[in-house]
Amino acid sequence: MGKLKSLADLKKIQQESRQRTELRAGSDSNEGLVQVRVAMATCGMAAGARAIMDFFSDELEKRGIGAVVSQTGCMSYCYAEPTIEVQLPGNEPVVYGFVDLKRADEIIEKYIKNGELVEGIIPVNYETID
Amino acid sequence: MHLLVCGATTCRTSESDLIAENLRREIEEKGLQSEVQVIMTGCFGFCEKGPVVRVMPDNTYYARVKPEDAPVIVAEHVIKGKRVQRLLHTEMAAQSAATEPKQTGFRRKQIRIALRNCGSINPENIDEYIARDGYAALGKCLTEMSPAQVVEQIKLSGLRGRGGGGFPTGLKWEIAARNKADQKYVVCNADEGDPGAFMDRSVLEGDPHSVLEAMAICGYAIGASKGLIYIRAEYPLAIQRLKTAISQAREYGLLGQEILGSSFMFDIEMRYGAGAFVCGEETALIHSMEGERGEPTNKPPFPAESGFLGKPTNVNNVETLASIPVIINKGAAWFASIGTEKSKGTKVFALAGKINNVGLIEVPMGTTLREVIFEIGGGIKNGKKFKAVQTGGPSGGCLTEKHLDIAIDFDNLIAAGSMMGSGGMIVMDEDDCMVSVAKYFLEFTVEESCGKCSPCRIGNKRLHELLEHITKGNGTMADLDRLRNMSLVIKDTSLCGLGQSSPNPVLSTLANFMDEYVAHVTDKKCPSGQCRDLMRYSVIPDKCVGCTACARACPVNAISGERKEVHFIDQDKCIKCNACFEKCKFAAVLIN
Repeated sequence: MGKLKSLADLKKIQQESRQRTELRAGSDSNEGLVQVRVAMATCGMAAGARAIMDFFSDELEKRGIGAVVSQTGCMSYCYAEPTIEVQLPGNEPVVYGFVDLKRADEIIEKYIKNGELVEGIIPVNYETID
Repeated sequence: MHLLVCGATTCRTSESDLIAENLRREIEEKGLQSEVQVIMTGCFGFCEKGPVVRVMPDNTYYARVKPEDAPVIVAEHVIKGKRVQRLLHTEMAAQSAATEPKQTGFRRKQIRIALRNCGSINPENIDEYIARDGYAALGKCLTEMSPAQVVEQIKLSGLRGRGGGGFPTGLKWEIAARNKADQKYVVCNADEGDPGAFMDRSVLEGDPHSVLEAMAICGYAIGASKGLIYIRAEYPLAIQRLKTAISQAREYGLLGQEILGSSFMFDIEMRYGAGAFVCGEETALIHSMEGERGEPTNKPPFPAESGFLGKPTNVNNVETLASIPVIINKGAAWFASIGTEKSKGTKVFALAGKINNVGLIEVPMGTTLREVIFEIGGGIKNGKKFKAVQTGGPSGGCLTEKHLDIAIDFDNLIAAGSMMGSGGMIVMDEDDCMVSVAKYFLEFTVEESCGKCSPCRIGNKRLHELLEHITKGNGTMADLDRLRNMSLVIKDTSLCGLGQSSPNPVLSTLANFMDEYVAHVTDKKCPSGQCRDLMRYSVIPDKCVGCTACARACPVNAISGERKEVHFIDQDKCIKCNACFEKCKFAAVLIN
């Protein structure tokens, strides 16, 4: 996409981008992709988020799970770094804190494969604007 | 089905781990372990109603649960599907339908406006920002609003500068818009320097486009075509993400010429700071950008009149800017409906120190300190007693137990002897010595004083020396008067905000913890046991078995004694290194 020439162009990008995320999340069906977002601000990285992100991208591929692993900013739970957010198709996202390689493995095996929650969940404790 | 039990520190102290254990046992007894799982989670943010158990997927919250409630939850809710009315979270209980908390009028303490996208979008992908209404506010301004209307909206919203001063943003824009010039500038102040504060870094790293969009909106409103981001070089990731964001916005034509087909042009450049605290002051910041020394100058002239290169310049802080697109999208009235009479919207705080949930929070203005510290923050670490909280960093003051129910806003904090500052909140517990805390902040200001005016350069140095004197046990009551007088003079006579506020930690600790100062100067004792020079190590004869471990650990040979005999510490030689205390297996070393 080149330069946006009008508000309509901006709205088009907005819609396309929203559709892409919805499709990815499989909001209407359970056939979307698993989405893993890793908090990668300075603090998260200092706590080892990079290794966790690499682990998820490598292992999800190796274990044959269709997933999108992406970076995001600070989730604000400094006490629980590294933190990640996992969204299974058709589900609300779940945030996990204190993610080390062992817990990452557990998240893949139990939560991502079977939908069983594992320890380390950080409940949503804020409201966000629509 | 999942039973989520809060496993954060506060709930654990009310036996939440036992609740989880009992729930697990009940479920196993009923043979339901393949269908129901019990999971310990992090903090739900309702610590005062803890321990909390949440049942999923029907989303029921149980509050103040006791370990003996486990059988009834399993028997009624899990097996029969009936909610246990007695334990329902009060605000939930009023609603019969088990729906999302949002729809039950059940309010959470935190609302995210400035942090709305942090941690949920990829900051290096402009499409994800656009998907969440990104650049829609800029589009709205360019197509539907005149510059004067944009300024009017910001004025009506009641937004005040989040960098510390709390100056009304709309008024600032109005003045800059009114001044005519061939070139004006919009500056983003990203020189976040308070110790323990990292709100701006998080916004820049997590949602850089929101700042760029707001700068463009400001440019449109005041008639500026150039934006500058002044950021400290020690924020490399924020710099990298801003650069990526700027180039993506240029590619889409959201920065540059003829933005979104309009005649408006605006572009942004970066300027790096070397990390001097004083450069957060707007005149010093502007001088630093011009290549001059980062020193403040007298106001007036205000930057809105004569700023960068002598042109009208509007300087706003990162968090202020991050709130702008939301105000334009949702309207000034919506923003003004949140907060207190004179402070609107939300404020991001960085919780640090002796608090369980160290992290970033965003709360509506008017939230009390108690709610922030004991509910959202999860209370004090290790069950210790709360002593004070420092707001406003080195320019602020400490607030104590008696201030906990103050509704946080710009004016209330100033009235209480502290200030909002940029949003650092450092929590102290009973083990912290307030004289040392004041000394620590003074150390910072002495280091960061630019040296231009003598009250700040010399005065703060003298203040620090006096505090040093007191913590070493050499202070007198007259020194306390001297501390107060000097503090007041520095406040009154310093050139810029740094010196005008640097004695605040001293004044507020003097006001709230005079007894600790007196203990240091008259009894030569540090009540919290933090000031090494006032500590005295001795051996308790009854407990000492004469194992010689302490004598061998002592680096200065201050401990003498024969094997199997009581040892003795020579006070003249002792350097209070604590080695003997740590080494002794018999708790025979006494510190007082």
